[in-house]
Amino acid sequence: MEGLTLSDAEQKYYSDLFSYCDIESTKKVSANGRVLELFRAAQLPNDVVLQIMQLCGAKRLGYFGRSQFYIALKLVAVAQSGFPLRVESINTVKDLPLPRFVASKNEQESRHAASYSSDSENQGSYSGVIPPPPGRGQVKKGSISHDTVQPRTSADQQEPASPVVSPQQSPPASPHTWRKHSRHPSGGNSERPLAGPGPFWAPFGEAQSGSSAGDAVWSGHSPPPPQENWVSFADTPPTSTLLTMHPASVQDQTTVRTVASATTANEIRRQSSSYDDPWKITDEQRQYYVNQFKTIQPDLNGFIPGSAAKEFFTKSKLPILELSHIWELSDFDKDGALTLDEFCAAFHLVVARKNGYDLPEKLPESLMPKLIDLEDSADVGDQPGEVGYSGSPAEAPPSKSPSMPSLNQTWPELNQSSEQWETFSERSSSSQTLTQFDSNIAPADPDTAIVHPVPIRMTPSKIHMQEMELKRTGSDHANPTSPLLVKTSDLSEENKINSSVKFASGNTVADGYSSSDSFTSDPEQIGNNVTRQRSHSGTSPDNTAPPPPPPRPQPSHSRSSSLDMNRTFSVTTGQQQAGVVAQPPAVPPRPQPSQAPGPVVHRPVDADGLITHTSTSPQQIPEQPNFADFSQFEVFAASNVNEEQDDEAEKHPEVLPVEKASDPASSLRVAKTDSKMEEKTAASAPANVSKGTTPLAPPPKPVRRRLKSEDELRPEVDEHTQKTGVLAAVLASQPSIPRSVGKDKKAIQASIRRNKETNTVLARLNSELQQQLKDVLEERISLEVQLEQLRPFSHL
Amino acid sequence: MAVCVAVIAKENYPLYIRSVPTESELKFHYMVHTSLDVVDEKISAMGKALVDQRELYLGLLYPTEDYKVYGYVTNSKVKFVMVVDSSNTALRDNEIRSMFRKLHNSYTDVMCNPFYNPGDRIQSRAFDSMVTSMMVQVC
Repeated sequence: MEGLTLSDAEQKYYSDLFSYCDIESTKKVSANGRVLELFRAAQLPNDVVLQIMQLCGAKRLGYFGRSQFYIALKLVAVAQSGFPLRVESINTVKDLPLPRFVASKNEQESRHAASYSSDSENQGSYSGVIPPPPGRGQVKKGSISHDTVQPRTSADQQEPASPVVSPQQSPPASPHTWRKHSRHPSGGNSERPLAGPGPFWAPFGEAQSGSSAGDAVWSGHSPPPPQENWVSFADTPPTSTLLTMHPASVQDQTTVRTVASATTANEIRRQSSSYDDPWKITDEQRQYYVNQFKTIQPDLNGFIPGSAAKEFFTKSKLPILELSHIWELSDFDKDGALTLDEFCAAFHLVVARKNGYDLPEKLPESLMPKLIDLEDSADVGDQPGEVGYSGSPAEAPPSKSPSMPSLNQTWPELNQSSEQWETFSERSSSSQTLTQFDSNIAPADPDTAIVHPVPIRMTPSKIHMQEMELKRTGSDHANPTSPLLVKTSDLSEENKINSSVKFASGNTVADGYSSSDSFTSDPEQIGNNVTRQRSHSGTSPDNTAPPPPPPRPQPSHSRSSSLDMNRTFSVTTGQQQAGVVAQPPAVPPRPQPSQAPGPVVHRPVDADGLITHTSTSPQQIPEQPNFADFSQFEVFAASNVNEEQDDEAEKHPEVLPVEKASDPASSLRVAKTDSKMEEKTAASAPANVSKGTTPLAPPPKPVRRRLKSEDELRPEVDEHTQKTGVLAAVLASQPSIPRSVGKDKKAIQASIRRNKETNTVLARLNSELQQQLKDVLEERISLEVQLEQLRPFSHL
Repeated sequence: MAVCVAVIAKENYPLYIRSVPTESELKFHYMVHTSLDVVDEKISAMGKALVDQRELYLGLLYPTEDYKVYGYVTNSKVKFVMVVDSSNTALRDNEIRSMFRKLHNSYTDVMCNPFYNPGDRIQSRAFDSMVTSMMVQVC
């Protein structure tokens, strides 16, 4: 048996009846005696009674426990209202009148029944037992207006009810709607909710035939009174509460009135208190919105394009300015299209606006789309929390008291069904509920709300990031987040990954970059990284699908397969990756470039600064081969002889320094934000170029010269991070040996050999890149020409 | 902290103009209007080269005694003009750039709204609030 949520009035009534039936005070009622009498008093056909008993489980248990009894009573009410008897109808049937029993038992019970009965028209007679006829609404209307006087005369408890009453004041407005309802079968109560859909759905007539849509929806589910209620003045709740007041004996009436007025007062208070309550979307509403969504876009995971949404919402006859504002509020990711959540939020805002609510300045939390992409379960869990969170007590809705009660009174009924809105139903009629409500305020995690706007945009890139992450699972580079993060932002201007990096764990991005550097052995990764990085590098005009990327992996691949990495790492050739991986850990302890003097950096950075950089960076990012390389570079720089550097400088004045410097520079850039590090790397690159034989301090001048050229060429090298990575890997492998001054010559010579090989590789790479650059430039020129031809005005 | 922010359409009519409420608001309007010539000049100068190369941020258009005028143009020839107080020396170029970037982002958000017809005056509250945040707060 599903959970039964009762309004307070119902709760009270049911408990009274239960205690009445529970003569033995055993907390359970046998299926005899008073219970049966009671059910018979409900004036339901016997088979219905039997069905009820079956449904509530009493037959199973052999007796009525309290819950079974309550369920049975609810079912009685359902049956009396004319709804089909189903288990679901317990909670789905909104706005259910209390079960009516022709109480021959005791007067109190009957009085209660009468008082609680929503359709009792006669004073003191609970032959309000008569199921409200279809035309009840109209009949009631008259009686309501007549009876409103009575309630008003009572204590100021009525006062809160007066706003409730006010809708009744406009019977002329409602009857036509009610008349529409008379078409609908079933009890009067159910009719009243339908009052809403008519006028409201008229604007949406194009999408659906006005009230017929209401009919459709109506018949579709347990009637969606909430929809109608919130759409227009729902007379149902006020009428029901009012009706409860006027019948019955005076005394009981007073008490009843007290109860009822308290109910209404609470309802109203609740409405006013939980200002954001109106922004809660109930299940019926949501279902309706979803159906509407489907009419435009059958795929629930798809988008509604802006134009279609514009047409749809224009039908609601709201001014364009307001629709524009609603759009701004609801289009969370600002993509010009509405997802299902956004659509529901927008629809809800339209409905609220039509009911007179002012539009909020910012989207209420309960309407925020679930950010399932980024937050996964967190947001879903937030939803109920948000609901509670949004309900700020004692905050009167901005205006429109008549609509307020109608709008909000639907909430209690509406919310009886959904588990999410459980709190609402409990809240429905007492101040207690307010406190419960507060307690239900799951920490709606304002942080998530704050975080939402930005991460949402990252959704695709988040997936992208995940892909990157998956690819990089093999990597054990615990890449530092911050340097890479900053670096990515530097590299690309509008790359989504950049921004997503900021929010996603930096590791993913870091992984991307580091992998680009270190996984050069992996052509696929390289390709991916390359393409990503290409898109990252805003400097490159061909960001996304330039010819270069495909060839690039090959060189790196060849490079990786060919030489140094295998040898350098002294790992199996096939496991260059492992080698790369192995190296970085080895590197960090070493890169204490005590020998790396300051001059490596051409900026007036003192050696200490440089060294600290070198030392810190590897320490911070031990896995970063780049950093390892840098330190190695420094070491090499330190150990390089002046003349060697000069020789190297002459040998490859532009190419090699560009290559090496650019590659390490780019790798540096990739790896770090610190420009000093870049320079250092650049410096070390040339140093590295020159075989580091002498572990002496490298002459600053050649380094500087190279650095300058590197700096100039650095912008072009952004794309070569991959190669840099290779280089880094290669270099990373080397440091171990020639580190300290005065290692054996053999090691130095081996390192020299390696460096030479690296040089050749880089030279090859450079030539290839130059070729690509030429191609790209040619393309660009051709495009320029075309553009000039096409451009009508030269200066526009 | 701008003193005046204006969004000018391609046809050189204002889509949005807002200044710090002073008695000489008209002066700001006039400055924005005259700056349009400078903007066009800058665009045409770059126009010979590829559009790609043309940077969206135009930089300082012209300084006056009290104010400096900065410009920014989008690829669709929508111009943003910002007047800042000369005495506000703390404002660096990067900050101006970031302010224009924010303007541009908000503008694209406005454009994404299907209820906004391009060419209409911008009446978006979000845009307004964003501009307010970058205007000099006159208390």
